[in-house]
Amino acid sequence: MFRMTPNIVRNLVVRKSTRMYPVEVREPFAQVRGELFNDIERCIFCGTCEVKCPSQCIQVDKKACIWTCDPFACVFCGVCVDTCPAKSLYQKTKYRSPTGERIIISQQGQPRKKDKAKDRAGESGTPKGSGEEKADPGGDPAT
Amino acid sequence: MRKTVIPFGPQHPVLPEPIHLKLTVEDERIIEAIPNLGYVHRGLERLADIRDFHQMIQVVERVCGICSVIHALCYCQGIEEIMGVEVPPRARYLRVMWSELHRIQSHLLWLGLFADSFGFESLFMQFWRVREKIMDISEATTGNRVIVSVNVIGGVRRNPDPEQIRWVLAQIDWVEAELQRLEDTMLEDYTVKKRTVGKGVLTRQQAYELGAVGPVLRGSGVAQDARQTGYAAYGELHFEPVVETDGDCYARNKVRFRETLASIDLIRRAIHRLPDGEVRTKIKGIKPPQGETVNRVEQPRGELLYYLKGSGQKTLDRVRIRTPTFANIPPLLVMLPGHFLSDVPVVTLSIDPCISCTER
Repeated sequence: MFRMTPNIVRNLVVRKSTRMYPVEVREPFAQVRGELFNDIERCIFCGTCEVKCPSQCIQVDKKACIWTCDPFACVFCGVCVDTCPAKSLYQKTKYRSPTGERIIISQQGQPRKKDKAKDRAGESGTPKGSGEEKADPGGDPAT
Repeated sequence: MRKTVIPFGPQHPVLPEPIHLKLTVEDERIIEAIPNLGYVHRGLERLADIRDFHQMIQVVERVCGICSVIHALCYCQGIEEIMGVEVPPRARYLRVMWSELHRIQSHLLWLGLFADSFGFESLFMQFWRVREKIMDISEATTGNRVIVSVNVIGGVRRNPDPEQIRWVLAQIDWVEAELQRLEDTMLEDYTVKKRTVGKGVLTRQQAYELGAVGPVLRGSGVAQDARQTGYAAYGELHFEPVVETDGDCYARNKVRFRETLASIDLIRRAIHRLPDGEVRTKIKGIKPPQGETVNRVEQPRGELLYYLKGSGQKTLDRVRIRTPTFANIPPLLVMLPGHFLSDVPVVTLSIDPCISCTER
């Protein structure tokens, strides 16, 4: 009948299992897929993320170079980050904090980036080096 | 005595899921139970017409939050079978690791809720405290706590490094030590036994004939587990199902508790045999799935069955899911009659109902 008693006594002397949440927050793990961001400077507006997204939270206007995301429809799967050819998308390790109002993230980019990417792809000798250069800084924040 | 019909659910303080039973009661005893399904139907199978077969992974993961890895695993295995994709050995072992982690967290959630169903609040808290460590392992290795989105067609998306694997082993040791401390209470305590022993008895014959699956079937003494088929890497891990023979709520409770410890053992074995190499086969250039297949895996609640049919298009023709709770409802209706109304929550929870799975 008193089989739970040792556990209860033990819980009185060991450290607390809970945190005082809003005041004390645990450090997120390094590989957590949190809030989605787009480094618009690097975006080539190819529309891959729009096609791959399972919840269809991303819209890409290729002509006007506008990248739009509904952060409340995002399911944090990270498929867009994996497939982004320019490595412009990345996820932070923190989750989005709750808000009282609905927002849509809309970012306006420059069309010249697309031309640059095309130029790089067109050059047969140099694209390898420049491609890696682009991939490295993009990979850091995503992991 | 006059008969009374009492609706049990869909909203009930003790139920984690919106199961709806119409109970015909004579005095305080149940005479008949009639289930009413469809309360949380979302039409996820129909989404296969709209989403392409890669995006369906994220959809099937949301059929059930508690066993998302296993749903995605079953779906991916089916598609891989149709497309003829070979999964790298490391990915197969990692799939076992994540599946078993999900089984542990699901069983711990259930053990807590079960303790709560007969009013043992402090035991409920203890199980959920242990479960939190498993959620941390999921978050650190896959990137998310519950819907981990780690399976893809051709393998897995994450490759834990040796340091992370060592950390997982250390965390699992902690979980095992904590569980052993709770074992005495969950399996031997007077109050637990008083509420569970001899309640909701399902004989071996009934369990087999009514098509029970998972811990309900194994609690009645039938040693059947879909993991015996050896999918992913289970065939190489010398898996043996956990069986109890009494067929009552206590036996089902014991099966789940022992399975949790068995899963910890399976994770250790999978990690010790974890081969090096790739975790994902590239499927670029292979045509979309054309053909049909039936695939079954073992969920925490029992056997899960997927029927997939594709005709070479980006979208699949048909995705049919049969979830374990659907198979476990007929046995529940046999268990309930004859019991007091106050035993209904305990007996209902003993099949571990997952209604969002069942109604999809």
